Amino acid sequence: MTARERIAGNVAGYVDDRTGAAKWMKKNLTKVFPDHWSFLLGEICLYSFVILLLSGTFLTFWFDPSQREVIYEGSYAPLEGLKMSAAYASTLDISFEVRGGLLMRQIHHWAALIFMVGIVVHLLRVYFTGAFRKPREFNWIIGVGLLTLGIVEGFLGYSLPDDLLSGTGIRIAEAIIQALPLVGSYIAFFAFGGAFPGEAFIPRIYTVHVLLLPGIFLALITVHLMLVWYQKHTQFPGPGRTEKNVVGYPLMPVYMAKAGGFFFIVFGVTAFLGAVASINPIWLYGPYTPGQISAGSQPDWYMGWLDGLVRMSPPIETHAFGHTISWNILIPGLILPGIMFTGLALYPFIESWATGDKREHHLLDRPRNTPNRTAIGVMALTFTMVSLLNGGNDIIATTFHLTINQMMWFSRIGIIVLPPIAFIITKRLCLSLQRADRDLVLHGRETGRLVRMPSGEFVEVHEPISPEKAWLLTSHEQIAPLELPLEDGSGVRNPGVLKNKLRNRISRATAVAVPKATETERRELEGHH
Amino acid sequence: MSNEIELIKDPGLPAHVHRQADSDPKAAARAERQVAILFMLSALGTLLLIYSYIFVKDDRFIFIPVLGNTNAQQLGLGLGMAIALFCIGAGAIHWAKTLMPDEEVIAQRHEFRSDDEDRSEFIKTVKEGASAAGLGRRPLIKRSLIAALGLSGLTPLLLLRDLGPLPKDDLTKTSWKTGTRLVTDPGDRPIRPEDLEVGAVAQTLPELAQGEERTLNNIGKDAVLLIRLRPEEFNLDAERLSWTHEGIIAFSKICSHMGCAVALYEQQTKHLLCPCHQSTFDVTRAAKVIFGPAARPLPQLAITVDADGYLVAQQPFTEPVGPSFWERSS
Repeated sequence: MTARERIAGNVAGYVDDRTGAAKWMKKNLTKVFPDHWSFLLGEICLYSFVILLLSGTFLTFWFDPSQREVIYEGSYAPLEGLKMSAAYASTLDISFEVRGGLLMRQIHHWAALIFMVGIVVHLLRVYFTGAFRKPREFNWIIGVGLLTLGIVEGFLGYSLPDDLLSGTGIRIAEAIIQALPLVGSYIAFFAFGGAFPGEAFIPRIYTVHVLLLPGIFLALITVHLMLVWYQKHTQFPGPGRTEKNVVGYPLMPVYMAKAGGFFFIVFGVTAFLGAVASINPIWLYGPYTPGQISAGSQPDWYMGWLDGLVRMSPPIETHAFGHTISWNILIPGLILPGIMFTGLALYPFIESWATGDKREHHLLDRPRNTPNRTAIGVMALTFTMVSLLNGGNDIIATTFHLTINQMMWFSRIGIIVLPPIAFIITKRLCLSLQRADRDLVLHGRETGRLVRMPSGEFVEVHEPISPEKAWLLTSHEQIAPLELPLEDGSGVRNPGVLKNKLRNRISRATAVAVPKATETERRELEGHH
Repeated sequence: MSNEIELIKDPGLPAHVHRQADSDPKAAARAERQVAILFMLSALGTLLLIYSYIFVKDDRFIFIPVLGNTNAQQLGLGLGMAIALFCIGAGAIHWAKTLMPDEEVIAQRHEFRSDDEDRSEFIKTVKEGASAAGLGRRPLIKRSLIAALGLSGLTPLLLLRDLGPLPKDDLTKTSWKTGTRLVTDPGDRPIRPEDLEVGAVAQTLPELAQGEERTLNNIGKDAVLLIRLRPEEFNLDAERLSWTHEGIIAFSKICSHMGCAVALYEQQTKHLLCPCHQSTFDVTRAAKVIFGPAARPLPQLAITVDADGYLVAQQPFTEPVGPSFWERSS
């Protein structure tokens, strides 16, 4: 035993003497984690969150969350002597007077963008591989909650500097609150401590941004990770991998070294972006005043789809009985996002209702093997992408020499027409890929080797694929559609007949598949040749 | 067996392929050196950071291709930090991949559902607990508890009441009154019609009385855009035409959609465009919405000149300015 091993042993003994953790630690330090690049996406979110906490704490040491009016006397000459809020002035000071302050601001902003990209791509991975299925529905809902809070937290964060761009964003948020029927103007006045912009809003959202929401994040992320730990990670299908096992590397030391190393890599990349890629140069925008604006005002990307929906909304308002309802704000700003996020949160339950599948799943699906789910996902993604594009319609129009009208009409028509088209194409593609898999298993892979037969015919030699590959392409389950009774045994119509009819139909659509290749078929084909 | 379909079988976990470093001590030593080099590079990064912090002036700019003129201190700090962190990570991962055990391990999963005995006992305990509390049998307790809990939910709502004042008429009133002069923003100078040429635009605010301070809240409602056209270019009814003066027309600058400043004026087409959501208003037709999500025209301010020849408001705005709200009547 080396000295180092003895020390490690003593530390372990010391901890166990005081906590009795040996049993738990023994089990968990050797816990097995499956390896796949897409499992790093969630880690990116976690690490960006840590980076956000660290860089954010640094920023709070200098940031003054106050809308009190001050006169700028810092070193950035173009704004010298201008009246501005203390929040804006202190953000300028962080950028120009504090060494490394601008770097930290940029790291903070880049980390926020990476955090949100990470969440969305992680969500897509979980969705398209079916990792949300039983028993992981809770974690899916927590994830949707984190996504929603992330959007709010990001918005509040970039609103804090009180520059012209962020003030315009707050103005729009105020208009959405004000559009609420019945209580809108009251809630707006309570939130802003009076009329817009007032002097209360930034100090208030500061508390929410640095204390309340990060606290909730921390709690949700902890539960999210504990559930991943406890339920064990899902794994992709493959030889030797079953619903009953986990194949991977032990936490100590391989996974710890890799995950810990990956934290530093994410931090390093974020620092690199902060060093070379300017983001949110607030000194160029000037202090906020409600009477001014700059052309090409854009929110951060994760708000862009919302802004795009608002931009494409038709100009509808109802004026009746002395009251106004702004559908042009309520529908794109609250109702549609509400439907989208509710649908997202409930999706695992909707799918298991449609398929009647209530079993546990730990093996992931290849997206092609669940054509309906994949097509729904691409459809939703298309909807969001059209909205996101429209959120930058002015920039796109000027860049590609289009008119804003062309962009707007493209989006207004596209948002209705493109998602169903995306659904149909994706479903067809999935089925085609299934067919290709089937061919591959039955006929082998093309070798590119041409052979001339005695008859003069040229044929390409096919080579059987490996048993591992054949297993990967055929190991998935193809479930039969539900056949719920429409009549009870005595020929009387079942009271739930409509519901059962609908469920059977959805289930049939979900179960559409190209029959996977079997060993029997393979043997039959061999006999023919 | 013959007519039963046989599925393709799981060949099991493929045999483990050893790495070079597992068998060849030279390869292992090479990997070790590579890891150490990465860690040393990281240390160099930190040195770069320290050097930039202490010795590079914060007003020094250097030219870097692609990036252009870049602040040397900020770049040195950032790159130093990036190198320091990235190389620690790269070193650790390289270490794990080349030198730590890479044999895959198989662990077994267990169904989450407890065994039937535990489960039925758990369910029994919950049921017994629920019936022991007797909530179902004592409706009086149940109802009064629900009422009490519901009422106590009002406490936070009530305590938050003092977050702000009630809106009252704040959303409907602006500082514009009959005879208020229009002054330039910035500069606060009163404006004569001849100061504006045909095609010109000016941002204005109501003149302040002696000793009054202008707040952002005022600007948020009072900002007015003046535009001068040729009088024959207007396409207005008699009343709205009488609100203009010698071809000068005034609109609230606060968008009727979501309150952004409607600041983009296209001289050729005489359209006003809001940069936030691209609502477009036709100036010749009293800011009628011709495109985009806004549902109402920008409110028009009736203007004329006073005895000294300066532009003044004929009357306050006849409708609330800015985005819609529930209490708005039209």
